Amino acid sequence: MKLLRLAPENTKFGFMRFRRFSYPFSAVLSILSILMFFSVGMNFGIDFSGGILIEMRAKTGEADLALLRGLGEKLNIGAIEVQSFGTAGDVSMRLGAQTGGDQALQAIVGRLKSAIGEGYDFRRIETVGPRVSGELVQSGTLGIVISIIAVLMYLWFRFEWQFAVGAVIATMHDLLLTVGFFSVTHLEFNTTSIAAILTIVGYSLNEAVVVLDRIREMMRKYKKLSIADMIDLSINAVLPRTIMTATTVFLALLALVLFGGEVIRSFSLAMMWGIFIGTYSSIFICTPILIYLGVRNDAFGSDAKDKKADA
Amino acid sequence: MRTQVENLRDDVRRVLREEKVSLSGGIGLQTRGVTVRIPNAADRDRVLPKLQALSQVLGNTLTGNTAGRSLTISVDNDGLVQLTVTDAGVADKVHHAITQSIEVLRRRIDQLGTTEPNIQQQGNDRILVEVPGLQDTTKLKDLLGTTAKLEFRFAAAAGADPSEYENLPQTEQPGLMPVEKRVIVQGEDLTDAQAGVDQQTGRPDINFTFNIRGGQRFAQATAENVGRVFAIVLDNKVISAPVINGPIPGGKGQISGSYTIETANNLAILLRAGALPAKLTIVEERTVGPGLGQDSIDAGKKAAYVGAALVLTYMLVTYGTFGVFANIALGVHILLIFASMVLLGATLTLPGIAGIVLTIGMAVDANVLIYERIREENHMGRSIIASLDAGFTRAFGTIVDSNVTMFVAALILYLFGSGPVRGFAVSLGLGILTSIVTAVTMTRMMIALWYRYRRPTKLPI
Repeated sequence: MKLLRLAPENTKFGFMRFRRFSYPFSAVLSILSILMFFSVGMNFGIDFSGGILIEMRAKTGEADLALLRGLGEKLNIGAIEVQSFGTAGDVSMRLGAQTGGDQALQAIVGRLKSAIGEGYDFRRIETVGPRVSGELVQSGTLGIVISIIAVLMYLWFRFEWQFAVGAVIATMHDLLLTVGFFSVTHLEFNTTSIAAILTIVGYSLNEAVVVLDRIREMMRKYKKLSIADMIDLSINAVLPRTIMTATTVFLALLALVLFGGEVIRSFSLAMMWGIFIGTYSSIFICTPILIYLGVRNDAFGSDAKDKKADA
Repeated sequence: MRTQVENLRDDVRRVLREEKVSLSGGIGLQTRGVTVRIPNAADRDRVLPKLQALSQVLGNTLTGNTAGRSLTISVDNDGLVQLTVTDAGVADKVHHAITQSIEVLRRRIDQLGTTEPNIQQQGNDRILVEVPGLQDTTKLKDLLGTTAKLEFRFAAAAGADPSEYENLPQTEQPGLMPVEKRVIVQGEDLTDAQAGVDQQTGRPDINFTFNIRGGQRFAQATAENVGRVFAIVLDNKVISAPVINGPIPGGKGQISGSYTIETANNLAILLRAGALPAKLTIVEERTVGPGLGQDSIDAGKKAAYVGAALVLTYMLVTYGTFGVFANIALGVHILLIFASMVLLGATLTLPGIAGIVLTIGMAVDANVLIYERIREENHMGRSIIASLDAGFTRAFGTIVDSNVTMFVAALILYLFGSGPVRGFAVSLGLGILTSIVTAVTMTRMMIALWYRYRRPTKLPI
């Protein structure tokens, strides 16, 4: 059987030459992301901003959930969460907070009523608070910060401190750019988006560690090479794997975007972006830091000594 | 409302005492406020600014978007000062009580296990709690309906002033017990509470730990009052009344009584999560359908099948026989994650699924790392068996490093995060453990067997 090879082999790209471009480029993107976050902000969904809750009962005794859920897109009022409770005819719908206060709210309820038609009794309409409380956001942020610090310590212990700094900077770069992505695209930011961000952080860390691991190995083997050459050699060596993994995950995400439906689309789109920048940053952001921070190429001792330690 | 007025009375009494103002008559309680008569005009002028200070500016003072003051104060000609709580003041109190209650409820329900509750303010003064996958709601209702206000006080000494104590019911014995109104240490000074077993009696009890402030007060109070009876008061009922045998330093103590393991556990959860600022009444209870409707679930399933098919095919066309091994390992990995989540009773939510997706990616990546490494070693001129061995050994180092890094991150997220972040951390952590077993150990075994029976002369990748 003839096997498929997408990735070129035995490449000799000079990745490190691009650091003069990639750093200013990423710096500008990161600053833009921060500016976007504070000026445009995120399109916070009902999870964060609260909204309105409408309870209805279908007169026929059987509510058409899919139809109701589709109304959000049709009336252009953002995603509607539709949930059944009690009998098959009872539905609750949750809508994100609308700008424009009470009047806008009444207008939307009016439009909803006319769009839904006579088939439903409106039983209750009221406001709901955000599902994600301040404490949840705080504890989540604290969790991310502490876990990044813990990862920094672990990598420092396993590699050299320069490697740990490289991985953490690349991860934070990806985190910032993901926030920027949400702000620019105006994708709804909800609890699923938190999951997307966490997943991207994980993917980004994984990419960085794989490249760094190979650099460490090369440093033990080739003492004479300059750091930049050594990094280029390592990145080229893992390139088939990088391309293979990125394509695999991309394929899976493509299926989620195309067939996964409205609810997980924002998650899948953000993840696709994350795969892209995670791969980019592991090559162009994480590794040049080793050059800037001046890793010595005998940092990991000689190959012979290492073999003994392994045995 | 009544506690708000009573708190106001206490505040007013404190101010008047500090300023040593003489009153004619006591402090009058009304439905919406309190009145005091201060006959001396000079005293009145002195005290009024202090009383004004009790009235807080509501809303956001930073943006200037204020919503008025919490109190209005009026004085009539006879020196009768009236403090009335404004509507804005009531609304503000209710709002604070609701936000605080939501946090306390979240902490309580988080302790039930790995469910991800949805807790939301609904309307002005109601809280909506949705807990997935719960069959028996009685325990949940206990957790929601208990205020859990814990106080450590002294039992009234003989001949004490009746205005200084109150008679409280007891849970362990019939009858009322006179207890001092003064509170020595409160529940908010607890840092931890755990259910345990009494060493002597073998009965379940609750062990608690105070923070530094609470510990010091407790140590001092017990040292100065050896021989007196302590009253541990929960929601205005005396749940335990031990005699102080000696000073109790170290900020630790225990509550004993007729508890079962389960009730002791429940009380420990309530104490750990803190007291609700107000008593909550359950107004409505019902079963809700999934937040993701059947159509979303169907769409998700379809996407998962298509995605899985794409990944499996891609692995197969890239790695041939080895791709089959990787695919088998991946299948087992997914089975193992779901099995362990069922064992732990974790509910499957979107963030949890995201964690699983990430570990599937990592499992695929582990196999890709190994296979690419085998190819590389083979291209460098090693024999088949040497390439296989070197590929596994070298790639294993990388896989361990990246997986431990992720595991560290997942562990911290589990410890510090709550709600969706926690759900993500649980499935990620479990997935990392199973993926190492399947992607490395299982594939290695399959390839070893394959090598033994096929004796290949050429690597198939």
